[in-house]
Amino acid sequence: MQIDFSKNHFELFHLPVAYPIDLPALEQAYREVQREVHPDRFANSSGAEQRLAAQWATQVNEAYRTLKSPLARGRYLLKLHGIDTEEESNTAMPVDFLIQQMEWREAVEGAKQSKDEVALERLTSQKRDEEKRLFVLLASQLGDDAVRADGRETVRKLRFLEKLGEEIDDAIERLEG
Amino acid sequence: MALLQIAEPGESTAPHQHRLAVGIDLGTTNSLVAAVRSGTAEVLRDQDNQPLLPSVVRYFADGRVVVGHDAKASQAEDPQNTIVSVKRFMGRGIADVAKYGALPYQFEDASGMVRLKTVAGTKSPVDISAEILKVLKQQADKALLGNDDGELVGAVITVPAYFDDAQRQATKDAARLAGLNVLRLLNEPTAAAIAYGLDNRSEGTFAVFDLGGGTFDISILRLSRGVFEVLATNGDSALGGDDFDQAIAAHWRRTLGIASTDQRDLRRLLMRAREAKEALTSNSSTESDLALSLGQSIKLKLSREEFHAMTDALVQRTLQPVKKALRDAKLSVEEVDGVVMVGGATRMPHVQAAVAKLFGREPLNNLDPDKVVALGAAIQANTLAGNRSGDDLLLLDVIPLSLGLETMGGLAEKVIPRNSTIPVARAQEFTTYKDGQTAMAIHVVQGERELVKDCRSLARFDLRGIPPMVAGAARIQVMFQVDADGLLSVSARETTSGVETRVEVKPSYGLADDEIAAMLKSSVSHAGEDAAARALAEERVEAARTIEAVEAALRKDGDELLATDERAAIESAIAELGEIAKGEQHREIKDAIARLAHVTENFAARRMDRSVANALRGRKLDDVKLS
Ligand SMILES: Nc1ncnc2c1ncn2[C@@H]1O[C@H](COP(=O)(O)OP(=O)(O)OP(=O)(O)O)[C@@H](O)[C@H]1O
Ligand SMILES: [Mg+2]
Repeated sequence: MQIDFSKNHFELFHLPVAYPIDLPALEQAYREVQREVHPDRFANSSGAEQRLAAQWATQVNEAYRTLKSPLARGRYLLKLHGIDTEEESNTAMPVDFLIQQMEWREAVEGAKQSKDEVALERLTSQKRDEEKRLFVLLASQLGDDAVRADGRETVRKLRFLEKLGEEIDDAIERLEG
Repeated sequence: MALLQIAEPGESTAPHQHRLAVGIDLGTTNSLVAAVRSGTAEVLRDQDNQPLLPSVVRYFADGRVVVGHDAKASQAEDPQNTIVSVKRFMGRGIADVAKYGALPYQFEDASGMVRLKTVAGTKSPVDISAEILKVLKQQADKALLGNDDGELVGAVITVPAYFDDAQRQATKDAARLAGLNVLRLLNEPTAAAIAYGLDNRSEGTFAVFDLGGGTFDISILRLSRGVFEVLATNGDSALGGDDFDQAIAAHWRRTLGIASTDQRDLRRLLMRAREAKEALTSNSSTESDLALSLGQSIKLKLSREEFHAMTDALVQRTLQPVKKALRDAKLSVEEVDGVVMVGGATRMPHVQAAVAKLFGREPLNNLDPDKVVALGAAIQANTLAGNRSGDDLLLLDVIPLSLGLETMGGLAEKVIPRNSTIPVARAQEFTTYKDGQTAMAIHVVQGERELVKDCRSLARFDLRGIPPMVAGAARIQVMFQVDADGLLSVSARETTSGVETRVEVKPSYGLADDEIAAMLKSSVSHAGEDAAARALAEERVEAARTIEAVEAALRKDGDELLATDERAAIESAIAELGEIAKGEQHREIKDAIARLAHVTENFAARRMDRSVANALRGRKLDDVKLS
């Protein structure tokens, strides 16, 4: 017997299936469920219960990770609505977005070359502002049947920004090292 | 009751008895064992009332092994056969140990992990660590079982949070070799946080900075009502007090022209270096004499300024991981409520100053840095053994290093990123790149770098029997699973054909399972006992444990959650296992345990569902429909 995988991540934590999320409630529900299912509670149980605990705890971690992140949560909600974000296959992005990306990447390269940590930090905060704007947009798209599918492109943009963030972090790390 | 009949002689299985479990800090320099007794965690002392066991093992030609204070005292007499800081060699190859500086041992290359040549034969770091653990186990048996406290059910063994899979696996094997039932591998900074958090009733975000004899960890945790959630961890499993000793020794060799290559001189120089380092924590300068084996004597001097200058680079190496961990946890230094210092090497003033500067606050030193890890492990062991304390502790820990696969061009593709909360499972799909390809080579790696050659290789295996298809048509799913000990297993299968080709590996450091079995067989603690007898004893214990667990579950929830026939099926499987466990066939017992597990699956699932539902009771259920 497996866990009831027909339950989605929101239902698992008894939360409404919607993009805006009550983070403290999510955190609390996560801890409450982990308290019940974590393998540490079953160190003395039968093999069947231990296996089940491992499966549950794994699933609960995955659900929490997905819902906690505004990008992963958006992607997941689209999936629940049967909309694939096609992040690997669809690379057609609006020209203005691509130009902005190129500019940012050049700025990261430049800051790397000149070992300018302040510039890198500034880029991080610019990137964060853009992300915030896109999360607001995504929330409105996800809440509206008519434009929900447009959320796909917003998710793809956010994925670009996530990768950019990783690059900036890498660069900062290298300067520190 | 079937239960008592299959118990080992002298072993009691009464359900409400206090079950004894110990916490073990297997340190580079010092090891300790602790337990919760009458509600408080305490370090178990040896017959001389000493809490710390020096992690030093001396081998003699006649097969005798001496561990601890005596071995430490004689380390300069017989350095090649007196192994100190063996933890630094766990799961490491010869190229890794070469980076530690000059050491008085004869290393031998071997697949996966170095070996050390001694008068008593070639020893692996696993063997040597097992000697330390055996002594701690004896110490625990003596301290606990003497006054009929119950039975020793197992141990929680701590490992540096930044230990990789090979190092963890090696530690677990050493424990098995010492005859210990490992309840859990626990990360050292997390153990320290438990002891600290429970002691101070702390809530908030804490950094644990643990610089020991051989390893460095930084963990960022959130403490909230008994839940210890690790947000990020980082470190360097090859950085510790030993490296400060090496820096001093190298400085003296260079400035005083000490050229002796005698191993005793090398060991003595390292001992003087350590004494100097420790003295400079409270004094501004230090002096000693080094008596060389050829009779010559050399005056050794060092000032605190010189020491701090020559080791500043080592201190800086601890700060980088701290910054990385904070970035991964998405926290700034101001958001950290306290920095807890753990490990003997954090006593050094320049380490304290550097940490205070980085965090902009004085670190917390109100714990005994030598003992907290063992105390935290004891508390966790007590919970795992089933002795529920009122605190109701929950640990949510993470993996320290990303896990991935080699892809085309020698690139490492991450499958599970570092700092993922465990247990965790993630699958990745691949496809074939040639028409008619029937096999795929799978290479599992651990680390953060882009190129496979810069990561640590954990396992290689082939998935065979893929039905021939055009390139790109096959779907190979590679599944990574990390358990609550932080140990990985990997499986692969082809999903389109319906032909289930499945491979499952538990990476290890090059020792195959039968090699471990052979080591177990030849280990001193089991001499004279053959492998089958041992397997039989183990399966009987497992059978008793399983029966006890299922009966407890039946008593608690059987009436409510089981139909009459379901209950009867479980009870008959219990009776069957009880009968078979009286016999001599360990394989049959194992099969009967599996059958009992199988008939209890639905029952277990219902129990779990209900406890989750109870935990979330009170939340509105009506608004969770998909909108
Ligand atoms: N007063 C002191 N000043 C400086 N260093 C000290 C002092 N006391 C102990 N140390 C150093 O602390 C180290 C041992 O610390 P500890 O016992 O915490 O390590 P460990 O737990 O055995 O190692 P690890 O955690 O790395 O496996 C040694 O390098 C020792 O020299
Ligand atoms: Mg330690």
